[in-house]
Amino acid sequence: MSSEWPLWEVFIRGQHGLNHRHVGSLHAPDAELAIKNARDVYTRRNEGVSIWVVKSVDITASSPSDKGPLFEPSNSKVYRHPTFFQIPEEVGHM
Amino acid sequence: MYAQLVKSEGMKSAAELSPEERAFQERIDRGEKIEPKEWMPEGYRKTLIRQVGQHAHSEIVGQLPEGNWITRAPTLERKAILLAKVQDEAGHGLYLYCAAETLGVSRDQLLAKLHDGSMKYSSIFNYPTLNWADIGAVGWLVDGAAIMNQVQLQKTSYGPYSRAMIRICKEESFHQRQGYDIMMKMAQGTAEQKAMAQDALDRFWYPALMMFGPSDKDSVHSAQSMAWKIKINTNDELRQKFVDQTVPQAEYLGLKIPDPNLKWNEEKKGYDFSEPDWSEFFEVIAGNGPCNKERLGARVKAWEDGAWFRDGLLAHAEKAEARRAAARVAAE
Ligand SMILES: [Fe+2]
Ligand SMILES: [Fe+2]
Ligand SMILES: [Fe+2]
Repeated sequence: MSSEWPLWEVFIRGQHGLNHRHVGSLHAPDAELAIKNARDVYTRRNEGVSIWVVKSVDITASSPSDKGPLFEPSNSKVYRHPTFFQIPEEVGHM
Repeated sequence: MYAQLVKSEGMKSAAELSPEERAFQERIDRGEKIEPKEWMPEGYRKTLIRQVGQHAHSEIVGQLPEGNWITRAPTLERKAILLAKVQDEAGHGLYLYCAAETLGVSRDQLLAKLHDGSMKYSSIFNYPTLNWADIGAVGWLVDGAAIMNQVQLQKTSYGPYSRAMIRICKEESFHQRQGYDIMMKMAQGTAEQKAMAQDALDRFWYPALMMFGPSDKDSVHSAQSMAWKIKINTNDELRQKFVDQTVPQAEYLGLKIPDPNLKWNEEKKGYDFSEPDWSEFFEVIAGNGPCNKERLGARVKAWEDGAWFRDGLLAHAEKAEARRAAARVAAE
């Protein structure tokens, strides 16, 4: 039984000016082949202008059970949104 | 369908649910997507692995009947189109293995289960493709039925599976159209070509209907899967939709659906039609269809013949990594 190729996460920049976005994963023996495989698996219809690959084991993710404590602090800071402030109409667009 | 007989876990009543299970079910009922690493009932995870794995295997094995005609396509253009279509199916298999892997199973483990026969793939791919019109019929009917199934699965509750379905659906309509395009050419061609098209329809009609799985009354695993939104529509609902969609397309081709009982039913605003032979379906699933041995044999052979190549590339990658590490140390 041969050992399994490592898993890579694939990120694609769809168009110039956009961020890379996670599209999925694939197996490949090394980074170079991961890029080539990603080209064939995720951009068969011109979906990308740039590809990043990163080994799945190298990703550190926030834990789903921390979702509450991790994101709660921003809930109470409604003043971060511009709609919190009433600007009189006479002032015009701001 | 592509996952026709997925064993699901027993359905629990609301009172039997633990607080965690109840909270999980409420998330699903609210239409929230479940993401990898989030808490999920073990039965949900297992059922999904079976379903997504079976779906992935179907995409991969599904390349074989069509691959049979790549070297025999009648024109260079048809060959290029078929090649692109079959390559898409490989991609679909990979998207789905990737979704299954987020549930804590590896692709190699899933493949090992396909190869030893403990995981299945769709019964449809155990039928032979005997003439060029079969490639038309496969695209039109088999991809057509697959689309019917996959469109509803875009709304499935598991995030990675849903996203794989959305991507696959975008690519599928090319598959069905290229198949129908072949059927149009054949049906409007010479008398012999038209006869080949009719012959293909005759052979693929009932196997295509079987793709949706057994009738709802015999489908024991549906209730829990539907509560979990792993399954959205029932087998019979999808089959009815498929028949209603396909009959006018066959009429346009001037071909006859091989069912003497096919009749428009004004009351239900759909066609009445004959059920496929379910004993044949269970035989094919059990491994006794016309091409089961050939299909699985081809997959196992490809896997075994490729072992030296997979190992070689990995050995090369490890050596190159060791060389890079040594160079880093030397530079320090
Ligand atoms: Fe597909
Ligand atoms: Fe397809
Ligand atoms: Fe397919």
